[in-house]
Order: sequence, then C-alpha cells, then structure tokens
Amino acid sequence: MADIAKRLQEQILSARDAGTKLNIIGGNSKSFMGRVSSGEPLMVAGHSGIVSYQPVELVLTARAGTPLTELVAALDEQGQMLSFEPPRFSNESTLGGTLACNQSGPGRPWWSSVRDQVLGIRLLNGRGEHLRFGGQVMKNVAGYDVSRLQAGAMGSLGLITEVSLKVLPKPAVTRTLVFDMPLNEALGLMNRRAAEPKPLSAACWLDNRLYLRLSGAQAAVDATVRQWQGQGEQLDDGDAFWAALRDQELAFFDGAAPLWRFSVNPTAANPALEGDWLLDWGGAQRWYRGDASMAQMQELAEAAGGQVSLFRGGDRQGEVMHAQSPVLQTLQQRLKQSFDPDGVFNPGRLYSWM
Amino acid sequence: MTDQDKPGKAQLAEMFRDFIDAEYVIVDEETLRPYECDGLSMYCEMPLIVVLPETVQQVQRVLRICHQYSIPVVARGAGTGLCAGAMPHAEGVVLSLAKFNRILSIDPLARSARVQPGVRNLAITEAAAEHGLYYGPDPSSQIACTIGGNVAENSGGVHCLKYGLTVHNILSVEMLSVEGEKLIIGSQGLDSCGMDLLALITGSEGLLGIVTEVTVKLLPQPEKAQVVMAAFDSVQQAGDAVGGIISRGIIPAGLEMMDTHAIRAAEDFAKAGYPRDAQALLLCEVDGTAEEVQEHITQVEGLFATFGATSVRTSQSEAERALLWKGRKSAFPAVGRISPDYYCMDGTIPRGQLAHVLTEMQRMSDEYQLRVANVFHAGDGNLHPLILFDANVPGEFEKTEEFGARILELCVEVGGCITGEHGVGIEKIRQMPIQFNEQELVQFNAIKDAFDPAGTLNPGKGVPTLRHCQEHRALETKPAPASMTTKGAA
Repeated sequence: MADIAKRLQEQILSARDAGTKLNIIGGNSKSFMGRVSSGEPLMVAGHSGIVSYQPVELVLTARAGTPLTELVAALDEQGQMLSFEPPRFSNESTLGGTLACNQSGPGRPWWSSVRDQVLGIRLLNGRGEHLRFGGQVMKNVAGYDVSRLQAGAMGSLGLITEVSLKVLPKPAVTRTLVFDMPLNEALGLMNRRAAEPKPLSAACWLDNRLYLRLSGAQAAVDATVRQWQGQGEQLDDGDAFWAALRDQELAFFDGAAPLWRFSVNPTAANPALEGDWLLDWGGAQRWYRGDASMAQMQELAEAAGGQVSLFRGGDRQGEVMHAQSPVLQTLQQRLKQSFDPDGVFNPGRLYSWM
Repeated sequence: MTDQDKPGKAQLAEMFRDFIDAEYVIVDEETLRPYECDGLSMYCEMPLIVVLPETVQQVQRVLRICHQYSIPVVARGAGTGLCAGAMPHAEGVVLSLAKFNRILSIDPLARSARVQPGVRNLAITEAAAEHGLYYGPDPSSQIACTIGGNVAENSGGVHCLKYGLTVHNILSVEMLSVEGEKLIIGSQGLDSCGMDLLALITGSEGLLGIVTEVTVKLLPQPEKAQVVMAAFDSVQQAGDAVGGIISRGIIPAGLEMMDTHAIRAAEDFAKAGYPRDAQALLLCEVDGTAEEVQEHITQVEGLFATFGATSVRTSQSEAERALLWKGRKSAFPAVGRISPDYYCMDGTIPRGQLAHVLTEMQRMSDEYQLRVANVFHAGDGNLHPLILFDANVPGEFEKTEEFGARILELCVEVGGCITGEHGVGIEKIRQMPIQFNEQELVQFNAIKDAFDPAGTLNPGKGVPTLRHCQEHRALETKPAPASMTTKGAA
C-alpha cells in the first residue's frame, strides 16, 4: 500500500536519458504472455492500494499494482464484484496487468470485459509525463478514449499507474447446469440460449459436456433452471468450476503443449483441427492445445471471423499475436511513437515491430 | 503546396462530379443551407461543398482528393448532434453519409448486424425485432440519428447504466483513413489482438477517420419491463433513494430524475400524470424475465416508500409504461414551450454530488437571472441542465454560455466531466483545458497526428490545439458564436 509514482517516473526518465529499455512487471503472473521482451525490469507491484471506493456510485479506483485478491475482498464486503471476472493466474495478479493484457473471465459476453468497465486511468507515458484520462464517472466523452486503448496494448504505450472501474452488485443466486453433448450440438445450443432473454451468465464446452451458468434474482434463476434443465444436471459446486476455468486451473490447461486462443464469431464452425478444444464465452473464445504454425492458425481464425494468439508456451521469439494489416501496423507504430517516442516500454513484447 | 495549386470551389466540384452524380455534389447556397449546422444550431458555418457519395470507392476518391489538396473534410450523418461536431468548415467539404442507409445483414444466431453508417439507430432495432433482438443504446434522437454518428460520439441513452454505451455495443468498424485507405478495426469476435483501437475510434468525433460500415451487437428483447414513478419533496431525498436502489444490488434498465421545473413543463406538455407539486421525480425502469421484474419492482416500491416518497405509481400495462416515459422523453420540447430558447448542458458528476451541484446551480441561476430546469440520468450521473433564455434579448445568449461554462467547471470540480454523451465538438472546446492539462492535450494532439498529420479531418473540433487553447484563453471573456438562428434542438 504505497504511492511510488514519483519513483517510477524517475526510473522512466533516467531510462529515457540513458537510452535503456524497460520491461514492466506487476505481479509477474502473466510473464508467459506476449513475446519475450528485453529491457530492465520496472517493478510496479509496490504501487498499490485502493484510492477510493464508493459502493453506492459503483466506482472503484485503485493503483495499478493492487492485487486482484485485495480488490475482490474489498468488493465482497459490499456485495459487489469485478463483473469481468479477471483471471488470477496467481495471488499476485494485479489490476494494471489485467487491463494491459485485456483479461476477462467466463462472464465476459454477458457481464462485460475489463475494457468495458474501465472509466479512467492515470498513465506515465514514455516522456515520463503522468497523465490522467477518462474519469470516475460512467459517462465521459471528452477527449479520445485513451483508457480503453490500453486494453491489450501490453504496456507498449506506457505504464498504467491507476485505474477507475465500474463495479457491479453480485447476483443474488447462481446455478450451473451441465449437459452431456458433443461439440457441434453444444455450439448451436449455446448460441440459441444466448439469444433468449434469460439470466445466462456463462457458457462453456469441455470434454463433451456443456456448462451453462445462470445468475440473477432468485425467482428468475429458478424459473430458467426449470425451463432449461431437461436431461441436464445441476452442478453442486458450480462456482469452483467457473473459478478453475477463469484461472486456467482445469486439467485441460495442464502440461507444456502450446495453448492457442481463438477469439471468433461465436457461431462459427469449429476449426477442423484434431486435438483438445475448450469453448468458452458461448463459443466466442476457444482454446486449443497443440503444435501448429502461426500461419496455419491465422487462416483458421480468419475463416471463423476472428483472430488467434499463441497464449502460452510454444515459440515466444516469433510473433504470438495475429498479424495486422500493413496499414494497421503503420498506424499502431505511429500511435506507439506518440506515447513513447524513444521506445522505452516493453520493446517487442506485443509484436516484433512494436 | 501553394494556394495557387489548390483547386477553387468550381474546380473541386468538377473533380467530384467526375465520379459522383452531379445532383449529389452540392454547391449552390440554397441547397447548402440545411448543412450549415447540426442539432446545435447556434453554431453555423456554410461549407464550400457538400457531397453525398453512395459507394465506399466514391468516399475513398473524395478523401484522396481532399488529402492531396489539404482540404478539410467534415463527416455528417443525420446532423442531430448537440455539440456542433458536424458544423461545416468554411473552406471544407461536408461528406454526408446519408446514402449509406442499408442494413447489410442480420445474424440472429450470432446476435449481430452489419450496417452502413447512415442507418438510423432505431431502424436497427426495428429490423432486429422479428428475431426477438434489439440494439441497446437508445439516444433520445434515435428516430433520426445514425449509427455512424453514434460511433463518432459514443452515444448513450436512458438505458446505458445497464446496457452500456456505443463502445460496449459494437464489434467492428470498417473505416477509411484520411488518405482513403481501408482499415478493419475489430472482428466478429469479442476482442482483437493488441491495443483496443475500436475504443479509440469510438467517440473520436470524426477526427481520426471516416467510418463506412459498423457491426453492432444485438441483445435479446427482455421478456418484461415495468416502470415505477416516485415523487419526492426534495432532490436530496430522491438522490438518496437512487443510492438505496443501487445498494440493494438492483441495476435498473433506466433511472431518470427531473426537478420541479422539468416536471411541470413535462406534465403540461405530455399529460403523463406527473405530480406537479413534487420537487423531484424518479422514473425507475426494471426489465428482465417476468419473475425477476416482479421481484425487483416490489423491492423498488418498498425502497421508495422508505426513502420518503410522497407518491409511488407502477405501470400496469405497456400503454401506461409508455405514458410515464412520454413526459421524460418530451422534457426538452416541453421546456422549449416555456421559454423562447434553451441551452442544454451535458456534464457528468458522481451521483453523491447531485444535491451540492443543484444547490450551486440554483445560486448561479439567481446570479445570472436565468432559469434552469434539470433532467438527470440519475443512474449514471449524467446531468442535463437546460438554461432558459431569450436569444432576442441582446447579450442574453452570451450570459447563458458563460453560465453554462461555469456549470461545466463545477462538474469537473466535483470529480465529473464536461460532457457525458453529447461530445465536445466546437461547443465545449473551450472547456477542454478545464478537464485536461497541457500535457494531456499534447498527448491527444499526438494521437490525432498519428492518424491525420495534416489535420484535415474535422479540424477545430474535439481537441483544442495548443495554439487554440491560448486563443481561447484570450477570448474567454467574450465567447461569441458565429450566428444564431433557432433554438438548440433536443
């Protein structure tokens, strides 16, 4: 619990003067993501603590190094939650890292993503300027949305030092239904269920089983369980399943085989690729384990209307994110230049050319 | 390039007529006139030329020509914006996307629709209705405003506490750069690799590119919706009741507040059955499954009573629900009947500051001798004070603008912002330095340079250049719009 923004600013300025590069590290729980980055470690976890939390305003502001566990505990006391269900790859996972890596859990299609809930940030850019964008209110259209731009940038535009978020009340009741079902049938059903006005809050397929989570007012959840259950069963420990899915602690995620993440049209036919698949986000996020080339995976992702990344394992020297069109690549390089003209932050982490 | 190289009006029109039907290259004053302003008609400027292309290739060619000769380009949808964001540039081209009005496809299973930018907001919902789906954001201009304009302004509506703004409800855009190059931003998935350019484009007020196609998300229509109306003896009590609902864990689909001036004007206009003697009125809509709505409505009614509501009424039919909303939805034109003109502000504040802000505004209202009526998106803190004035009284608009500027300063002072949903445009460019310091404005300008180094896309709007800031500071004592014709539209 400390404000070390001044020290971080000095480190950035001296790196800039010395022509050295910095590798931003929060809780060090997502160092497996992105490409291998050179640069001196810039340790941010010390910049931690909740700055303000007004449950009745549904707004929380915290320093970027604050561990998610601390935020979740504070919200829990007030019956509220981080609705984007951020993965906790370790107990040290931070708020800043979650935003920089754009990490959201199983409820994402129904409850929003981390980028959806960001209201404002403070950012140290490559000139060492400590800037404030957005705010602590739900609606704010003054200036460009620099806050949400950071989602997925993996620190390439600057060091996020503070984040303001919209938080939400926890649902009164949660139930999980499980059905034995092959992939293609499950894919169809997930999408049809998502088009119904029911309190669906997560939909996942794994090992020939479809998991549907219902969350909301007691009466609404109970009624939907009655309507939807059919041949399915209620899972006793549903919350534990969804938490393990969120934090990638299911057996599917064990082992060293490369883990690929497809973000695609939820209705797209699953790529014809032998091996282990897990479908989350009602079909919009799909995980595959196995060796493959980036070029091959990109082709499959594009056919499914989306993009792919090599999430964990495999070759981290090559590109791990879906290729960008030349015009988008140039644009992002110019944007990088506008925030970090000397290329101080996370060189090559996102793309080799960034 | 020297000025001699730059084509004149006639020459430029000739170039455009080469690939756009002559009738859609507008140069004569009479036909240009309707384009001189958007919904904020106090700010007017006649454009050099208006073009209405109908294919992406034509837009590309317009952009290439304008880029070659450094001619300003102002994109325009339905012209319903409220910040003069679509006000033309005197030496520039207005690029109307009105002919891009086709819904290209609806995918009911994937719950998305591909639409051209000139499609009206409400038309998407109407087209999706047969599939039991709708498009979430519903700005009050939704009958007329276009999705392209919604993307440019990141429009909201009365349902955004629960369903979000435009930025939360689109999947991708096809956009042309200032050079006319095509970019696809986003995908059919829920996110894309790398920095979130889709968020950056949303709300960028036509300064970064020209959107030529939008893929929006569609939501399942709720089974049921009901609205509870509650009257209170004070704004403070109504504000506390809003907090009470949120604390109970209920996120209403809509939560609107009106003060006494707005209540009376709306009731006289719409005959919705609002209590004319109330100091504050809340409209709280709950939607969801039939069971959920029943459970929440009972809780909301109880809470309103606990927080001292003098009357509570719950809609018992769709007709009654529509009637209760009618008053709120017609609040702007209703206020228009009790004053020759009004000026609508758009600050956002932390909800807890509402009573303080309203008290301060009343004090300023006495000081300026100008009445204010307030409508408030209470759920998300977006305040619309309507300053009543008479443009025919010399000096009164200037006084109104000054009053408005002070309201926005107050919003920033209490931790809010200068615009919640209407955008900066030209109107609030003077207030940008209140919310952002010089380094932040420099960063905004650097972003603009990354997309549009020559600065020809909608110049003079959204983000003040630093030169601009200094000029504005010098001008601060005498703000003056170009001209004034009619009152600000709702």
